[in-house]
Amino acid sequence: MPVLWLILIVLVIGAVGFVIGRQKALGSAGGDSRELHSLPTYYGSNVFMKVVVPALLLMVVWLVVQPLMIENTISKMIPDSEIDAGSNLGLVMAEVRRAAEGLDNAVAAGAISEDMARNARADFTDMTTRLKDAGQIVTSEITQPILAAAQQYRISTSRGSLLMTIAVIAVALAGLAWAYMQTHKDFRARNVVEQGVLAILISAASIAILTTIGIVLSLIGNTVAFADLYGVGLLVRELGHEEIARIVAADPELAAKLGQDYSDIEFGMEYYSGWARSWAGLADFFTNLDWAPSFSGRGGASSLGIIPLLWGTLYISVVALVVAVPIGLFAAVYLSEYASNRVRSFAKPMLEVLAGIPTIVYGLFALLTIGPILMSVFGDNTVGWMQGQRAVLTAGIAMGIMLIPFVSSLSDDIINAVPQAMRDGSYGLGATRSETIRQVVLPAALPGIVGAILLAASRAIGETMIVVLGAGAAARLSLNPFEAMTTVTAKIVSQLTGDSDFASPEALVAFALGMTLFLMTLGLNVFALYIVRKYREQYD
Amino acid sequence: MYDTPNTERDVDQKEIKIEARGVQVFYGTTHAIKDVDVDIEDKTVTAFIGPSGCGKSTFLRCLNRMNDTIDICRVEGKIEIDGDDIYDKRVDPVQLRAKVGMVFQKPNPFPKSIYDNIAYGPRIHGLAKTKADLDEIVEKSLRRGAIWDEVKDRLHAPGTGLSGGQQQRLCIARAVATEPEVLLMDEPCSALDPIATAQVEELIDELRENYSVVIVTHSMQQAARVSQKTAFFHLGNLVEFGETGKIFTNPEDSRTESYITGRIG
Repeated sequence: MPVLWLILIVLVIGAVGFVIGRQKALGSAGGDSRELHSLPTYYGSNVFMKVVVPALLLMVVWLVVQPLMIENTISKMIPDSEIDAGSNLGLVMAEVRRAAEGLDNAVAAGAISEDMARNARADFTDMTTRLKDAGQIVTSEITQPILAAAQQYRISTSRGSLLMTIAVIAVALAGLAWAYMQTHKDFRARNVVEQGVLAILISAASIAILTTIGIVLSLIGNTVAFADLYGVGLLVRELGHEEIARIVAADPELAAKLGQDYSDIEFGMEYYSGWARSWAGLADFFTNLDWAPSFSGRGGASSLGIIPLLWGTLYISVVALVVAVPIGLFAAVYLSEYASNRVRSFAKPMLEVLAGIPTIVYGLFALLTIGPILMSVFGDNTVGWMQGQRAVLTAGIAMGIMLIPFVSSLSDDIINAVPQAMRDGSYGLGATRSETIRQVVLPAALPGIVGAILLAASRAIGETMIVVLGAGAAARLSLNPFEAMTTVTAKIVSQLTGDSDFASPEALVAFALGMTLFLMTLGLNVFALYIVRKYREQYD
Repeated sequence: MYDTPNTERDVDQKEIKIEARGVQVFYGTTHAIKDVDVDIEDKTVTAFIGPSGCGKSTFLRCLNRMNDTIDICRVEGKIEIDGDDIYDKRVDPVQLRAKVGMVFQKPNPFPKSIYDNIAYGPRIHGLAKTKADLDEIVEKSLRRGAIWDEVKDRLHAPGTGLSGGQQQRLCIARAVATEPEVLLMDEPCSALDPIATAQVEELIDELRENYSVVIVTHSMQQAARVSQKTAFFHLGNLVEFGETGKIFTNPEDSRTESYITGRIG
């Protein structure tokens, strides 16, 4: 039974529960709602909640766990011989799932009968042709074990779904019975419903936190894998081929483990401890001043140092903030202190429209407008400082323009929140508008403004598309803002696009870069919070 | 209870400091002040009393053109301070406000240190040539605000950390620091407890020696205690203006009598 139907059934049971729960409560009070402990709706909601929440929770858990368990059983059915060299269990399992899906579709289309799809002794060549005829793509000719696994997969899945349907409906009915029994005029339904609402809100908050933790954990796993692979490559290259041969020759135990033909990397994996490899990898990652990934071949000598990328990120972000902070702040001051209501109601939404423009469009703007303008001012025809349109300045200015509404809109709200009494006090002493703003309003709004700026900085650091289009792709450590540079985010994109082999340090480095970026923005946000708190204590 | 006015009430005719003639104030289409004539004397405390919404605060804010900061507010008529029309086009409201200080209903110290709160006005108007000058102004103002002894050891602590009554005296000291000639107070004690109120009232009485003080108050006892002249506003009209003792003991207008005896308001 499709999940949607199941949800609908549970909801219908819940709705019925709502009505009968409400009725029973009213009945127990002799139809006089004033006799009840809570409003009649609360009794209904109590029943509804106890029907729907446990049932849907069970369903969600089941939907997550069932595929894992089936996968686990089925994968035991596949003999090692089915897994070719260069392939792995995951790929074979994908094949099984595709075959099972093909069988489902073929049955639905009437090309084969249900019995046939379930028949474990079905001839697999025949099955393959039938599947192909039914228009179901089967990559290679499916083999007997895969077909058997696929059949088993189908059977387990449909049995699981049936069990789930029964279990979920049973839980829903049990909840209905339980809550219905409870319902009585003295039952404190309101308190129970309030508790239930609290629980739902807490679980929503926990999901957000758990997701963050999940993201971090997935990054950590891949980051460690990168450090390991990259480190071992560095270590064995340092040793050299002859040295490795000598070490293996001197150590019979190691030689026995490695066998006849071993690669340097395999040697390194045996010879060095995990800590030593990861440490070597991370140390180089954070200290190497060179970024030169090589995609030429396995174990190619790549230099994967984050420093040039970090430098590019920070440089471009600083340029962006230098553009965005003064303009955004002045715009906010104008809007909140000087502009008349009519101008404000028109200009503020206009400014905020800027925030809705996709960043790729800003990238195009950088490439088509800002770059050429900068070239005409600083290019070969004049002072000759700028060699190409893609430069730190090009991307920085575009990013700054992108951040203006961010800074101005947040600052505007914060400036508006400064009490009018402060301004009156200042005007009453004979201060002018700008004196009042400079000396009273802005200092009072400072913590919020700092928060806004740091938030903008976080966005600048994480920005990708403008950099890809505007700043170029060359990782470079230079102070010249007219040179092309690149950032961490742009490199994450380029390392993971195209045919990437997830087992190479050149691809895995993207996760290490992502992790570093995550930690940086996390640090920045923590710092922003700290600043805001510190000033708040002083001013309230 | 109102017949215990200040015993040493000064009834000599003094120099007129502020002369208002035919003042009308409009908020959009609302006619908030209707044709008010009043003469406010120098070195005198003048109290404005009246029920809420009668226009007394609005009129007070006309005296230093604070109503200019409200877009929809329009003032007509003539208000002269020392014979100069303050609504003349050549008058800079910023300069005027330095001359006519104001204290607000709620204490509103700036989010700065006590010292900087006081030094704010003098710095803006360039009243101090050196740091020593400024220190002197700050000390003198705080003494006049009767708060020096309480804060002299923590001049660089934030002004917002003081108690409500101290904050209000700080605000008075801040207003005094720019050497104004007139001091306007808009219900300066309404956010304070009785003890802080007593301190501020005592301070107002001292300030009378140097300034012309105009105070808006909801408390008739307060008006009777601190003022020499009282003006009663009702529905935008100035109903009665005269010696405080006379207003509270023998009012001419029946509306005044009804208000001070608690029948309207």
